[in-house]
Amino acid sequence: MTDWIDIGTIADIPQRGARTVQIGGEKEIAVFRTGDDQVFALVNECPHKNGPLSQGIVHGHNVACPLHNWTIALKTGEAQGNDEGCTPTVAVRMDGDRILIAQPVQAREAA
Amino acid sequence: MEFQDGTQAGMEPALDSGDALLTPADGGREHLVVVGNGMAGCRAVEELLARDAARYRVTIFGAEPHVNYNRIMLSPVLAGEKSFDDIVINTREWYADNGIDLIAGDPVSAINRSAKAVTSRSGRTVHYDKLLIATGSDPFIIPVPGKDLPGVISFRDMRDVDTMLAAAANGGNAVVIGGGLLGLEAAHGLTLRGMKVTVIHLMDTLMERQLDEAAGWLLKSALEARGQTILTGANTAEIYGEGKVEGVRLKDGREIPASLVVMAVGIRPSTALARGAGLAVNRGILVDDHMVTSDPDVLAVGECVEHDGNVYGLVAPLWDMCRSLADGLTDRHTGYKGSVTSTKLKVAGLDVFSAGDFSGGEGSEDIVLRDASRGVYKRVVVKDHRIVGAVLYGDTADGGWYFDLLRKGEDIADIRDLLIFGPAFASGGGALDPKAAVAALSDDAEICGCNGVSKGQVVACIEQGARSLDAVRGACKASASCGSCTGLVENLLSEVLGDGVQSGPKSLCKCTSFGHDDVRREIVAQDMRSIPEVMQKLHWSTPDGCSSCRPALNYYLLCALPGIYQDDQQSRFVNERMHANIQKDGTYSVVPRMWGGLTNPRELRAIADVVEKYDAPMVKVTGGQRLDIFGIKKEDLPAVWADLNAAGMVSGHAYGKSLRTVKTCVGSEWCRFGTQDSTGLGVKTERMTWGSWMPHKFKIAVSGCPRNCAEATIKDFGVVCVDSGYELHVGGNGGIHLRATDLLCKVTTEQEALDYCAAFIQLYREEARYLERTAPWIERVGVDYVKSRIVEDHAGREALRARFLCAQSFSQDDPWAQRAAGARADLHQPLNPTAIAAE
Ligand SMILES: Cc1cc2nc3c(=O)[nH]c(=O)nc-3n(C[C@H](O)[C@H](O)[C@H](O)COP(=O)(O)OP(=O)(O)OC[C@H]3O[C@@H](n4cnc5c(N)ncnc54)[C@H](O)[C@@H]3O)c2cc1C
Ligand code: HEM
Ligand code: SF4
Ligand code: FES
Repeated sequence: MTDWIDIGTIADIPQRGARTVQIGGEKEIAVFRTGDDQVFALVNECPHKNGPLSQGIVHGHNVACPLHNWTIALKTGEAQGNDEGCTPTVAVRMDGDRILIAQPVQAREAA
Repeated sequence: MEFQDGTQAGMEPALDSGDALLTPADGGREHLVVVGNGMAGCRAVEELLARDAARYRVTIFGAEPHVNYNRIMLSPVLAGEKSFDDIVINTREWYADNGIDLIAGDPVSAINRSAKAVTSRSGRTVHYDKLLIATGSDPFIIPVPGKDLPGVISFRDMRDVDTMLAAAANGGNAVVIGGGLLGLEAAHGLTLRGMKVTVIHLMDTLMERQLDEAAGWLLKSALEARGQTILTGANTAEIYGEGKVEGVRLKDGREIPASLVVMAVGIRPSTALARGAGLAVNRGILVDDHMVTSDPDVLAVGECVEHDGNVYGLVAPLWDMCRSLADGLTDRHTGYKGSVTSTKLKVAGLDVFSAGDFSGGEGSEDIVLRDASRGVYKRVVVKDHRIVGAVLYGDTADGGWYFDLLRKGEDIADIRDLLIFGPAFASGGGALDPKAAVAALSDDAEICGCNGVSKGQVVACIEQGARSLDAVRGACKASASCGSCTGLVENLLSEVLGDGVQSGPKSLCKCTSFGHDDVRREIVAQDMRSIPEVMQKLHWSTPDGCSSCRPALNYYLLCALPGIYQDDQQSRFVNERMHANIQKDGTYSVVPRMWGGLTNPRELRAIADVVEKYDAPMVKVTGGQRLDIFGIKKEDLPAVWADLNAAGMVSGHAYGKSLRTVKTCVGSEWCRFGTQDSTGLGVKTERMTWGSWMPHKFKIAVSGCPRNCAEATIKDFGVVCVDSGYELHVGGNGGIHLRATDLLCKVTTEQEALDYCAAFIQLYREEARYLERTAPWIERVGVDYVKSRIVEDHAGREALRARFLCAQSFSQDDPWAQRAAGARADLHQPLNPTAIAAE
């Protein structure tokens, strides 16, 4: 069983942009909205040097990290091209225009 | 005998006129009367004579007082490349030898079909058995005031050319209305004859009926380079002048003085005569496949006819029509099936070819080869494995081949991959894979025709270390001229080096095959207004670009459309979106603007307060004479800005591809060496330039004497004050590749220094590529070019400056104040998790 947390509506996130959300004392999560209105969530840390991915340029289903321009796939969290590394993903579910994300494991255990 | 409906009594020839009525007698031969001594009329007669010289007695009426000449060649006559005698097709002897009566200079004014006779303006009446109407076209005259003024002419016949030559003898200005084939040839001729020519074209693309936008643009720049002024999207309101033409006024109010106006906006089939005789006429005189009109004894041919819904304005269809006509007149009825046309522009040194349909309808695909820097553009439009259209610019050698494939409707599936390289490669073995085809070429096969480079030579130069297209071009010249072999060279590169090929500075990014300059130019040429529109029109290969092209496009649009373009924040790098510099820990640094590096207690107090209030771990004096507050969280930024705003400070743009700082020294106000008020000039410069977005960051400095304490000679724009004025330096930077400035010029007043600065910035804004700083830009275009634009071209400098100030009027709006007031709060605040739903 997954606990889903309502974090707002799709309209709260700019198209080709992201917002962050903090659940309990967990690592900040970046929630992305793509040009075709899909929503993805990743831990807001680049696998390279922890750049805040939420501040990157969103293109296609990728985000370019604002610090050194690595490209991270939103769906898998994997660095693209010749770079290697992976950011943890967070499951997202849409309920109408509301965005629900899966509660991070540790937060749930602590609860 | 009955009259046809619609016959106008007034147009009836007077059969009882005193002239002798020629009868069909003449040894029983039928009498063919031709109205129109032009290209189609005479060709029809030639075709007829070739089939059966004895069958008809022929009389030709011509409105022009000449024998038949090649109308197409009027352009070279105007341009001074040919004389009238050179372009005569049929001499007087030809008419005499073939027993043809030529009645030149006497147009037919009416046809009486019931009496089977025509009457001319001079009153001559001639009987016919068969009548051939070949009256061609009338130039279309746009119905604006002043269209009838002396000096307003069209471009259709020898008389027009004579008028133009007479006008050109006096020099002065000419306006050509219409940027189609005819207009451009007229403009070219008049330019060669020494007139200053402006072409006014209603559409945005020259020759839009023959060319697509890209080729039209190349053409436009080539013509401009030849000194013509080309105004596209320009609508003529009026031709003005007292008693003779003095100029043209456009709908937008612009006035262009001219002593000669050539209208070349199009032609209309000349149908008045046929209409008057009650023949069926639509756009043109309606004819069947044998060129017979609604009256079986009246035929028509050439531009005056409409066949199967089409009217033509080129000669090739006439030849086909004349063949079918002559076949019909000699009872062998083959039938005309319509024509596909191709066009070439006859302007020396400008090769333009177009054929068929290139509008790119449903299901059609484009194969494009472009080498804009060398002025070559080829586009073949393919539909269902067949060529339906082609546009060639710069290198039209293969035009005939494409046209042939198009006309024959040949299946090109097998040669598709090599089609764009022309017959030499496409027919080479029918190989499907272009790489395999190149691999299959022998070592001595020629790759680059322009420079005579063989495959063996290209391969050798790659093996000796040329690892990119540019390197090959530099090393052995292959693909360095017309560019049509670029694809072949690229294939050879990847064949020899595999993945080791280095890509040159070709395309803007991997989402497009266009380079920066192409994209920019097309944005302006096609008046594109948004990033999606650019991506759509220029066939981006990704849905919404990437982090390289989006910021570039955003900038290019912003620069092209000040005040109109809606900045796309999502296409900006984080710093420009957050209006602060992101640091490695994800916090931001904040640099308030201090004009010219000056500050005061109030500002310093506000900065000190911010540092304490938001717990900023560090404050630092920057190299650009500002204070940088570090470690601010994105949530706190709006509040920090509100506090700084309250003390009168605005964004310092220390984060942007924009004007950063104007660094100054104390200058003549305080310094014992100072020659001018460098601080004051610095402040004025910064007031003028702050807030402007640029291709890259831009730094300015003003030093009060050649000791140069403000380090002005490693800035994008640096002023070094001297006793006699101001030395202006450009294109310097610190950083990894230190570069000292080039001296642009010296000016004597402060105002000039400001004006040149504005003009230089605007030139950089308009012409440098995104993320190209002034130093590499100047190294690319040359400092002499910059001088020619800023120092030598006074009007140009003034225009650049005006454009800069216009753009500034929209951009000097403090982004911090907007955010402090609540704009885009979403960028600074996290989302609020609200409820937990279990599942
Ligand atoms: C400057 C210029 C450049 C051109 N360049 C090209 C080119 O590069 N390629 C191309 O394919 N085409 C070109 N054209 C178009 C080409 O010239 C025409 O398609 C062709 O001349 C049409 O032939 P036509 O016989 O139908 O008409 P015309 O050649 O115009 O002949 C019609 C003749 O009929 C005469 N006439 C009209 N009414 C009467 C009357 N009532 N009685 C007696 N005579 C009459 C006219 O005075 C004229 O001499 C060009 C045209 C011009 C003007
Ligand atoms: C987005 C990237 C960059 C930002 C936001 C940025 C911002 C800044 C800032 C805030 C300063 C003042 C620093 C201080 O003295 O504390 C500065 C100075 C400077 N930067 Fe950068 N910088 C960037 C990249 C670069 C790069 C790539 C170069 C070199 C190619 C460069 C060259 C310089 C130089 C030479 C100075 C000193 C200027 C002087 O003393 O007048 N910067 N930059
Ligand atoms: S540049 Fe010249 S005027 Fe300015 S501070 Fe230095 S010495 Fe003085
Ligand atoms: S931290 Fe993301 S690319 Fe370096």
